Amino acid sequence: MVGLEHYLTVAAALFVIGIFGIFLNRKNIIIILMSIELMLLAVNINLIAFSSFLNDLVGQVFTMFVLTVAAAEAAIGLAILVCFFRNRGTIDVEDVNVMKG
Amino acid sequence: MIAADLYTALPEIVLALFAMAALMVGVFGSKDKLAEPILWATAGLMVLLALFVGSKGLEEQTAFNGMYLADAFAHFSKMVILISAAVVMVMGQSYMAARGLLKFEYPILIALSVVGMMLMVSAGDLIALYMGLELQSLALYVIATMNRDSQRSTEAGLKYFILGALASGLLLYGASLTYGYAGTTLFAGIISTISEDGMSIGLLMGLAFMLAGLAFKVSAVPFHMWTPDVYEGAPTPVTAFFATAPKVAAMALIARVVHEAFGVVPGDWSQIIAFLAAASMFVGAIAAIGQRDIKRLMAYSSISHMGFALVGLAAGTAQGVQGMLVYLAIYVTMNIGVFAFILTMSRDGKPVTDIGSLRQYSKAEPLRALALLILMFSLAGVPPLVGFFGKFYVLWAAVQAGLTWLAVAGGIASVIGAFYYLRIVYYMYFGDEIEPLDHVRAPVQASLLVASAAIMVLGVINLFGVESAASLAANALVR
Repeated sequence: MVGLEHYLTVAAALFVIGIFGIFLNRKNIIIILMSIELMLLAVNINLIAFSSFLNDLVGQVFTMFVLTVAAAEAAIGLAILVCFFRNRGTIDVEDVNVMKG
Repeated sequence: MIAADLYTALPEIVLALFAMAALMVGVFGSKDKLAEPILWATAGLMVLLALFVGSKGLEEQTAFNGMYLADAFAHFSKMVILISAAVVMVMGQSYMAARGLLKFEYPILIALSVVGMMLMVSAGDLIALYMGLELQSLALYVIATMNRDSQRSTEAGLKYFILGALASGLLLYGASLTYGYAGTTLFAGIISTISEDGMSIGLLMGLAFMLAGLAFKVSAVPFHMWTPDVYEGAPTPVTAFFATAPKVAAMALIARVVHEAFGVVPGDWSQIIAFLAAASMFVGAIAAIGQRDIKRLMAYSSISHMGFALVGLAAGTAQGVQGMLVYLAIYVTMNIGVFAFILTMSRDGKPVTDIGSLRQYSKAEPLRALALLILMFSLAGVPPLVGFFGKFYVLWAAVQAGLTWLAVAGGIASVIGAFYYLRIVYYMYFGDEIEPLDHVRAPVQASLLVASAAIMVLGVINLFGVESAASLAANALVR
């Protein structure tokens, strides 16, 4: 029987993978964008699982909002990335270093 | 029913519709020639809305089944947000225009982020909280990248976006746990669940994640990494905006969440907030010492100031919230003055931000130097200027709540922080002779600088009544 805790475990694992993807990744900013999506989707699993478990629709409504915002966020992230690439000619994480200190 | 709800949320609706209409006018009109009229119209509308919100005073209304709260606390915060956003926008107009950055999207994006901030301070539900926060953040990411041909500006935007999105993720994870363990997203429902069944471990985790996400937004240590880079890289008027309205909105949102949703268990969150406050005060004060760039310095200064504002919140009392609101109002006023000055700093027509370039500034511009001196003393918290009373209020609230150690830490941190403010004053009055800064005739900026300094001096009489208004606002939030 798959219970609530299984869903929560999967979601927590995905969320942690997302966070590690942001911090451990030394290569490419696109991977960071993917990690951010992963975090938001992990939250969605959480919300859906709770919603089903509580017999309450609010969690699913929340998920729809999160999906919408995630799409907007990805669009803005990619737009900023394009501007950055035009100026620097690279999207390596290690090259995001004009300002320091 | 719907009509009443819509009327309650009228300020947000008007501003959002205005932003959308202005976007249409900008796109189908003559593009960037319209930037200036749109900017003035936006600023005018914000001031009108601030007066409208202020006229509601102590009225307490809820709309959309408790998702939207309009109480004295929300009204106070909204007035500070709207007026500071309008002033900052007008103040930066000539700077943006002179550098070809005054695109018509700029005032529209600011208007949209202000709508987000107004929703944040009025949120009565986790969904409303998240949507308000994201509306604000998404607009701010774009504004930070406004100068899209500059390496620094795009890098600032990219860093802000990545860390901001991470913060939103943390906040959202916390919100999902809170929803799951409380069974509702309404703040009123969460607090009644807690008072009936007590604080479960799931709710505690949810609270901790949400506070971590929100701490990012107010740039509290240890979530402050983005602040100096974003402040340095973004165009100066944008930095001025970042330093004022969003900080007020995020602090008000933290106060709203902890008191409205977790108000019955102050012991659980006041420890977290006290830690954030102490760390921010010290890191902000110590890390600023090595800074040569005045925008980076102001970034660390704002980290430290947010620490002080969090001290008031950590007290967990109405007095503490009052202190926080007074502190934020004073902080915003001081920052408007300082950034008005930074906007006028240029040499050979190019903006400079090195604090070394201020050497002997008092000889060239005695009045502006004196005004900046007053603001620096006020930021450092030197009595009898208004900045001192802001610090006094929050620290006294902490002492009253039994957090004497935090108040003592605040005192020490403000002494350390005084060093770098005084160094700017030292350069202006006693520095070596160097090539002077341009003499810029900037009537708007100069008058804002002087006005802000005058408020810091004249405010000692009665703080212009902010104190009693903040007290009414705090009592509406903390029951």
